[in-house]
This record gives sequence, C-alpha cells and structure tokens, in this order.
Amino acid sequence: MSGQEMFALDDLARLFNVVVREDAAAGGLTVTAGTATIALTAGQSLASLNGRLISLPAPPVRDGRAWFVPVDFVARALAPAIGRVDLRKPSRLIIVGDIRAPRIVGRMESLGSLARLTLDIAPATPHNVVQEGTKLTIRFEADMLDAALPATTSPELVTNVRPGEGAASIAIDLGPRFASFRTTDTPADRGAARLVIDVIAPTTEAQPTPTQPPAPTPGAPETPPLIDLAPSGGLRAIVIDAGHGGDEIGAKGTNGALEKNVTLSVARRLKAALEGRLGLRVILTRDGDTTVGLDERAAIANNNKADLFVSLHANAAPRTATSGAEVFYLSLDEYGDAAERVAHTDSDPLPVFGGGTRDIELTLWDLAQARYIKESAALAQTVEASLRQHVPMSPRAIQQAPFRVLVGANMPAVLVEMGFITNPAQEKQLQADEFQNQIVQALVESIIRFRDTHGGSRASGTRQ
Amino acid sequence: MIRRMALGSLVVLVIVALVWMVAAVAPRVPRRGTPPAAPPAATAPAGPERKIKATLYYISEDGLSLPGVQREVAFADPIEEQARRIVEAQLDAAPAPYASPVPAGTSLRALFIGQRGEAFVDLAGDVRTKHPGGALYELFTIYSIVDALTVNLPAITRVQILIDGKEVETLAGHVDLRHPLQKNLKWTELQTDNDK
Repeated sequence: MSGQEMFALDDLARLFNVVVREDAAAGGLTVTAGTATIALTAGQSLASLNGRLISLPAPPVRDGRAWFVPVDFVARALAPAIGRVDLRKPSRLIIVGDIRAPRIVGRMESLGSLARLTLDIAPATPHNVVQEGTKLTIRFEADMLDAALPATTSPELVTNVRPGEGAASIAIDLGPRFASFRTTDTPADRGAARLVIDVIAPTTEAQPTPTQPPAPTPGAPETPPLIDLAPSGGLRAIVIDAGHGGDEIGAKGTNGALEKNVTLSVARRLKAALEGRLGLRVILTRDGDTTVGLDERAAIANNNKADLFVSLHANAAPRTATSGAEVFYLSLDEYGDAAERVAHTDSDPLPVFGGGTRDIELTLWDLAQARYIKESAALAQTVEASLRQHVPMSPRAIQQAPFRVLVGANMPAVLVEMGFITNPAQEKQLQADEFQNQIVQALVESIIRFRDTHGGSRASGTRQ
Repeated sequence: MIRRMALGSLVVLVIVALVWMVAAVAPRVPRRGTPPAAPPAATAPAGPERKIKATLYYISEDGLSLPGVQREVAFADPIEEQARRIVEAQLDAAPAPYASPVPAGTSLRALFIGQRGEAFVDLAGDVRTKHPGGALYELFTIYSIVDALTVNLPAITRVQILIDGKEVETLAGHVDLRHPLQKNLKWTELQTDNDK
C-alpha cells in the first residue's frame, strides 16, 4: 500500500489479543495491550506508547472499515507493549512467545580443494554436525530455524545446502569429490556465533613439514575466523598479479615446482576469497599460463581503476635453507629527481571553457607509483603484520626495491614474496592447499585492515 | 686573395665545430687513455703484478644479505680498465663461505663510462638464461655489480646493466634496469625489524 507493507490492525488484534478502539472525534485509534496503550492518529507517522512518541515509516491508513498499520508498527510499538514479539522482515516472520528460532545466514565459497560453508547464527544456539551417508546434517537445539541458505559454489563437493528433516536442521548434500570435513565454531558480536564447515576434497599435496610450520597465532582457532566484511568501505576493485607466467617461469624449486604455477594458484584463491567475503571486484592480470608484460600488468590495474595492486611471487636463494615471506614496496631512490617531483606535486590548475580553472592530475605513467609511496608503505606494513600471523617470515620482512611491475601502478601497490621455493620444505608448502589458504587468509585480513584504516586510495588521495 | 683566406677560415671553423660536436655527443664511447677520475680505494705496492684491494659483494651463509668482502684485484689504468677488472673479479667464484650472487659462467662483454660517471656494464646473455630467478636473488645479482663499481671507484656514480649489448627491462622479472642504478648498501647487512 503506497509502497509500504501494511498489516490489518484487526488481524494483529486477534493474533496478539489486544483491543483496538476508534476515536472518531479525535480522528485516531487506541490499541490497548494489557496495561499499555498505543495511540495512533490518521495521517501522522507517529504513535504514542504510554505517552512516549515512536516514529513509524508511514501513517495508519483507513480502507473502508478496516485500519492498516505499517509492518514496523509491530516491532516499534507492539513489541515494547506486550513483549516476546520478534519481527523479522527479511524472512517475513513474526515470532511470538518463547519459540527458539535462531536467525541463520549462510554463505559459501570455493577455496581450491575445499568448499567452505559459513553460517552466522544469531543468537548462538547449541548444535552438532554429523555425517549421515552422503550428507552432513547440522542439528540445532531450537524449535525452528529462520535460515537463508546459499546456493552451492562447488557442486563437485557440495551439491546442495537445504533445510534438513525436522524443523531445526540443515542438510548439506555431498558431491562426488567429498573426502572429509571439519568444523570450527567461533563466538561473534552481540551473542551471535559463527559455524564454519569445510568440505574437503582428497589431496595428494604434501602437508607442511614439522620443521617449517606456518606459525599459527597461539590460541588461534585452527581455521582463522572470517570477518564480517560488508560493506566494503572505500575499496571497490583490487588487481591481483600472479607473478611470471607463460615463457617466464620465474624461480624453480629443487623438486621442480614453478613459481608461475604457485602464484597463479594463490591468485585464483585470493580472488575467490575477496569476491566472496568482501564483495569486491577482483581482476587477475592473468588467469592462465600466459606471458604478460610488466607494463601490461600495471596497465590492467590502472585501466580498471583498481584501488589496490598486489603482486604475488615466490622467492629464490642460492642457499636451500633460506626461508620466509617478504613484502616489498617501491623504492623511489632509483628514479631520481623526477620521481620526487611527482611524489610532491599536487594537481595542476588548468583553464577550462567558460573561465576559471580545474585541477587536473598529470602524472607520468612511468612514475605513477610515486604518488602512492606512503600508502604503499602502510599497505606493506599491514600485509606483513597479517602474514606474520599465518606463515613463517624472513628476518627482513619489509623491504623497498625498484621493482618494474610496481612503478607504473597508479594506486597503493605491494609485491609479496610468499616464501622461498628453493627451500625444499617451503617448496612443498607453497604447493600445499593449507599453506596457500593461510596466505589468502592473511591477505584478506590485511586488505580489510587497510580498508578500515585508509579507506582506499581514491578516498584518501594522500600523497607522500 | 682575401676571398680565399675567408674561405680557409670558414673551413677551419667548420672543422672546429665538428670536433666540438663529436665530443659533445659521444659520452658513451669508451675514453681509452683518459686518467682515472679518482684513485682506487687502496693500492698495493707497485710492480709487475700490481694489485689493489677492492670490496666485492657475496651472498652470506644464511642467504639473506650481501656483505662486502675485501679481495685483491689486478691494478689497471685507465678507469674503464680498472672497472672491467673489478667486474670480472665480481663475476668469478665466491670465496668460502660465501655464495656468488651472479650465475656461474656469466661473462663481461664490454664496459664503458659516460662523462657523467655512469658506467654501462654489458653482460653476456648467460646471466639471464642461467639466473635462478627470485626477487632477492635478482637484487643481489644486480647490486653486487652496482656496489662493486660505485664503492671502489667513486668516480662512477651510477651503473646501468645491459645484456648482450641491449638495454633491458629486467634481468629476471623484478628489478627495473631501464635506468642507471645508484649505490645501495641496504642489503650488505641483515637488519631485522628489531634493529630498525
């Protein structure tokens, strides 16, 4: 009705056992619920509950002999008056009394050889997860569920996520590649909880060796908690650069692993994670084993107006014992005075039609990164701090260097060396799902932190 | 007669102008015979096998830094010859316990110095085809040569590395080689985050 969803007041009266009286002289209504009285006036988007004014999204409307009130009347006026009423507009539910009906919002993402189902449960509700043949069943200690379940993104692992038998269960139908599953429960804000279920495919990848553990944070859960990311703040698009590719194989491990394959695998996982968790637009500079020029990689980021540029690499050393991740950002020293001028030059005022001037930013493509050194340094520090929580770090974890792929990027940009592929233990790690997922998790967390503290380059626009 | 003399003067002027132009536009041509712009860091006693002590750069045992090591290098004159000897010594095998930052077998094709002190080091293509890759390794390869020249021969202010006579974008996909690079000793010692 006029763009508003409305309830007939008579229906509410029967449902909640309240008394509705019309005051024709005053042109209004009174709703009596126990000792509470709600007064409504025709044509006014205000109600009075025991003398306290409450705003409504629309005034009450008379249609013939019946009165209609906006749906929010239940939550804003009726619920405080009679208690034990819970209006859930997204699921079109009104819950009255002591019914336990936790709200469950699910999302699903593909992370290489596993499918991750994340369920946010409010309020936290005891539950268990059991495998029953070709399905997993999650049973909640509740009377019913108010659940929004996602479509599957990995049909080979999970064919369907659906309501289970009974009023308070969810079934996960398993696909042909299912091998095992694991669950992680973590508390969330305001009495809510998060249940993460990883459905895992069989893998032949070697696991990290005991001598090179990925250094989890003491006390951290096995699966790092995801962070509620929407909205994405000042970030809209990110370019992930899988280092090398095609004819440029990059570094090579002693057992034959190629840097170009590791970087592509992690880039694809990172894209899926950023899109699924942050809702960002993520562009890969390559999504296959192709040769891409260094200029072209920066051009892809610039032409897509990306807010961040993250280049992924694996390191090499003549000593097989050398290990650990490193984060680089551009050094301007090698680019002389021109770079310094760009870094400290504000936009230039140019005359425009009709008089006056307009500030135009004129930046040499070749030195575009000079304007973003400060933000790139902050991004590098954030990435390093997050990586340190997940993977072994080199003693010199942050460095500046004149890297060709970074200098043309017109946004904060870092190059991440994920580990030394020339170290046999790290070579195995770099190819393993678990290690790659730890890298992805660290980068997602760092991008969230950077977003929260800097809001994205376009928003901040700060320069050195 | 007067006309002949005027013509002769014009010819002399043209020749002088040509000589001046050649000198101005040929900064990259090797200037054999010119004296060194600065003396080597230290000199050994003169003699038929006169040597200088030079600081060369090798990868540390942990693989994470590029410390300087004092080594003897044959004395040579002029400065381009001395620079060539230093680079050739840098390309040789590393003394124990260090590792070489340059792929074994890499050879120097040519070296010349511009008037502004920029050294151009032309390496044979093996440096690229035999390079194991990796950003840190590539940084070590390049800065071992840059630092060996700029530290031992202060007249050399910057170094540009060429491969097979051509300017290149990078050696192994990381370090920007399109411009001459200046001395950078940040990798000579391992400074951890705690040191900063």
